[in-house]
Amino acid sequence: MNFFIEVFVGGLLAGVMYSLVALGFVIIFKASGVFNFAQGSLVFFAALTFVSLLERGWNIWLALAVTLVAMVVLGMLIERTVLRPLVNQPPITLLMATIGLTFVLEGVSQLMWGSQPHGLELGIPDVPIEWLSDKWNINVSQFDLFAAFVAGVLVAVLAVLTQKTRIGRALRAVADDHQAALAVGIPLQHIWAIVWAVAGFVALVAGLMWGVRNGVQYALTFTALKALPVLILGGFESIAGAIVGGLIIGASEKLAEVYLGPYVGGGIESWFAYVVALLFLLVRPEGLFGEKIIDRV
Amino acid sequence: MLYREAGQFKSTYAQDQQIFPILQDRIGMAVLLVIAFVAVPLFGDQYWLSAILTPFLVLALATLGLNILTGYAGQLSLGTAAFMAVGAFMAYNAMLRIPHMPILGAFAIGGLCAAAVGLVFGLPSLRIKGLYLAVATLACQFFVLWAINRIGWFSNHSSSGVITAQRMEILGYPIDTPAAKYLLTLSVVAVMALAAKNLMRSETGHAFMAVRDMDVAASVIGIPMMKTKLLAFAISSFYCGVAGAMYAFCYLGTVEPEAFVLDLSFRVLFMMIIGGAGSILGSFLGAGFITLFPIFLNLASKSLENALGIELSHALVSNTEAVIFGALIIFFLIVEPYGLARLWQIGKEKLRLWPFPH
Repeated sequence: MNFFIEVFVGGLLAGVMYSLVALGFVIIFKASGVFNFAQGSLVFFAALTFVSLLERGWNIWLALAVTLVAMVVLGMLIERTVLRPLVNQPPITLLMATIGLTFVLEGVSQLMWGSQPHGLELGIPDVPIEWLSDKWNINVSQFDLFAAFVAGVLVAVLAVLTQKTRIGRALRAVADDHQAALAVGIPLQHIWAIVWAVAGFVALVAGLMWGVRNGVQYALTFTALKALPVLILGGFESIAGAIVGGLIIGASEKLAEVYLGPYVGGGIESWFAYVVALLFLLVRPEGLFGEKIIDRV
Repeated sequence: MLYREAGQFKSTYAQDQQIFPILQDRIGMAVLLVIAFVAVPLFGDQYWLSAILTPFLVLALATLGLNILTGYAGQLSLGTAAFMAVGAFMAYNAMLRIPHMPILGAFAIGGLCAAAVGLVFGLPSLRIKGLYLAVATLACQFFVLWAINRIGWFSNHSSSGVITAQRMEILGYPIDTPAAKYLLTLSVVAVMALAAKNLMRSETGHAFMAVRDMDVAASVIGIPMMKTKLLAFAISSFYCGVAGAMYAFCYLGTVEPEAFVLDLSFRVLFMMIIGGAGSILGSFLGAGFITLFPIFLNLASKSLENALGIELSHALVSNTEAVIFGALIIFFLIVEPYGLARLWQIGKEKLRLWPFPH
């Protein structure tokens, strides 16, 4: 039983890590309808920039601030150069543009900082919490808890931003209907620039967490692939969906790996999440929290 | 002056409905086929035949397959490489396990098995649409590669995972030179492209397009949704499966799961978008562009090295190439979102009037 709880909690916490990446997708999709495949590269870019600045002897807060500024500028730059000229194109064209963007971002970040892997330390060790493992014999990583806490704070900040501020109202209006938002005088392109900047910020947070977990290396770009099932499970438009989806995917994936894996030869984590997400989709084709699709001719 | 259709009258329906109604197009096509079938194998050198033209043709076929599904039937798929992998491995197994299996038969078996897999993974398309479906097809990509890696039967329990493809032979003629492989690929691709062109002119093709343009409207006017979507998946996967088999047999010479990773799916998708979604010609243009472009970049960096007289590091070159490649794709999407096929169409319109402006 203890082992089950350990696996379950570990899965939930791993799921939070997926959610962190998925959040970046959701923010952009909500406001602009762009399925931003480059989110994984943004995560990589952010983590690599931060760790490279640290290794050059920068103060951690200064490095953080500079990386944040870089991400915000990058986000706005992407909006300006890639997406603004592509307004009104079909979703697949936008998707392809962001896939093209992944090539550019990966190339640029490795040109700037080199391609060797880095370790990253934030001062929170990735070790089991002692009293939990002593008392209940359950191993839960301290760092995972920290990541979950960060995700919680991030969601709270995003919730306040979207629900309580003037920008947030504009964001939701744009998400609801581009044309109506334009008609009431909301500057669409400013909003998109803000959205991309926020996505850059989320990517930075995700990059730091994943960087500590797996090291800062090229493989970070694949976190995007891990976030996709979370995304379709939760629905493309829902921040809550990204979190709940992450929890479901993380827990079921870990449980399946431990209890089902041995029977089929292991390594099922590469596709299991997608199958779980597919099963959910068969019941709710727009994801758990996605907006209901109404077909009209 | 040259490309004018004045005076070409059509007096029967058959004439009106032929694939190339304009005489100049027919001549151009014939010339192109003669060049491809006769001149290229005679005069092309080994490197061009085996490293550029063969993969170009194979990938054009895969793009054609994806185009049938995504460009014509509107079902976005990111699992192309998985269908290709099924084709490659089943063709290998057909050659291995069935005595006296002709190579074309093996390709067909590979294609049919891929079609069966495509049917299964096409089932969610009845309920899921758009980008959700695209992500769902990723399940196919990962699951198929996992199954091929895990289940020993596919690779005949080979320990390394890399299997040499069997020798190919047609009616006693060995297919082992680059020119022979090129000709085999070209023949298969030409026949299948013709079939695709005709399919898209048929009732089935029109049903595909109706589903793409608006599926609710299509079902209202009586197009069977389930049959049409699944058929699109099956036909598309068949094309991809044959392309995968040829990718392994005619181009790589080995059958290995690593050749069919997600990257290949994306590359084929790029080819379709750059070439033009919903266009047979576009499949070829896109495949040609994406195959040739990295080679061109490579040559450019080589000559830059020579001109500057310095040795550029490998990482620098490959990263710069990635940046340029990505930037160019974005540039293309911005400038011509309907792809190279659209440029070709515009060019033809202009050519009709040339040298007059109106």
